[in-house]
Amino acid sequence: MTYLAKSPWIIHYDASSCNGCDIEILACLTPMYDVERFGIINTGNPKHADIFVVTGSINEANREVIQNIYNQMPDPKVVVAVGICACSGGVFRECYNVAGGIDKLIPVDVYVPGCAARPESIIDGIVTALGILEEKRTKNVHSPQVTDNGRAEHPKRHAKGGAE
Amino acid sequence: MAIVFILVAPVIGGLVAGIDRKITAHMQGRVGPSIFQPFYDVGKLFEKENAVVNETQIFYAVCYIIFMAFTGALFFAGGDLLLVIFALTLAQVFLVLGAFAANSPYSYIGAERELLQIMAYEPMVILTAVGMFVATRSFNVSEIATTTIPVVLLIPGIFLGFLYTLTIKLRKSPFDISTSHHAHQEIVKGVTTEFSGPSLGLIEITHWYETVLLLGLLYLFFGWNPLLAVVAIVVLYLIEILIDNTNARVRWQFAVKSAWLVALIVGVINLAILYFLSGGVP
Repeated sequence: MTYLAKSPWIIHYDASSCNGCDIEILACLTPMYDVERFGIINTGNPKHADIFVVTGSINEANREVIQNIYNQMPDPKVVVAVGICACSGGVFRECYNVAGGIDKLIPVDVYVPGCAARPESIIDGIVTALGILEEKRTKNVHSPQVTDNGRAEHPKRHAKGGAE
Repeated sequence: MAIVFILVAPVIGGLVAGIDRKITAHMQGRVGPSIFQPFYDVGKLFEKENAVVNETQIFYAVCYIIFMAFTGALFFAGGDLLLVIFALTLAQVFLVLGAFAANSPYSYIGAERELLQIMAYEPMVILTAVGMFVATRSFNVSEIATTTIPVVLLIPGIFLGFLYTLTIKLRKSPFDISTSHHAHQEIVKGVTTEFSGPSLGLIEITHWYETVLLLGLLYLFFGWNPLLAVVAIVVLYLIEILIDNTNARVRWQFAVKSAWLVALIVGVINLAILYFLSGGVP
């Protein structure tokens, strides 16, 4: 008998998202979907959270923040990338300041595509994450401390040439 | 009775918290979690890694639950009411120390707000003990609980004042200036920001102990009629939930000022009237 799957606490971080997916995540908390009936709470504190829900893609401003949140979460933990931008970078993936999906920086367990992802698919993604969370607990998986590895590389910036 | 409290109070406190969440959800038009959700939450927290900034935090969290359990045990064993109140304050101070132990701005703000909250309710809680003494001529909980004097009729002002501080103590809106049951993303949650896993679980269990202790204090006002006491406790707790869901949070300045004003007006006037009625015998 495990309690982990009955009380998943979430931290939601908006990494350069257009707010479309964020609105859909908030919609999950409203009386219409009421995810609290599954014990899901949006904690807003990485140290209390079990599931890291990220929307939007990685850019230079938020990569440190994402790493910081991920590293501060106690094990066992899972990451859910919500929306196509978080999955792969979406329409922004060619931008000079966008590194791509969240999995370029931290290990992602569940991908929830969509633009914007619908509340039903977000809830489905989180329920899928619960299974992985439970698996990680039984196997006693220790998540790695993530450190920045891609900050200095800006091939596209050089490719444009010009000023330099 | 003390051992019964230590064993049974977390179960009752957890159930009260669960029912509270269910009723709150229904008031907001939601289905809400199971009434056993608080137990699932704490069970989950004990399955997590205990990641703390500073090892001392765990020590303070353990002290917090030990002193809260001690306070409740003292109360339910029929001990001295004044000692109960001082032990309660000591337990709260350990929570504040635990929050100050981590060098984090959120934690610091939370600790300061918790101190303000203690400052707000403390005068009225002490006046409650004084009122109990004036009404029953005893500080002993065992004597107050079994008295035949209708305590609440003698000290109605102090009773109202105690209800005012009960909202603060139970961390309900509009006085959830430090830790609320709803504002998970807000700064008021600061006091527990740096706690995680088992140490956060301990703090949750401590809150359950505290709830049962506070309901026990409420019982003392109706000690002469146990049936009435139980009905009053249930009704008053439901009113607290209603207040929680229909009020916005006030600023801490208002919380402190109003709590002191209420203590001064209803508490002191009530005591003064009793003093004059008894012909100047304190």
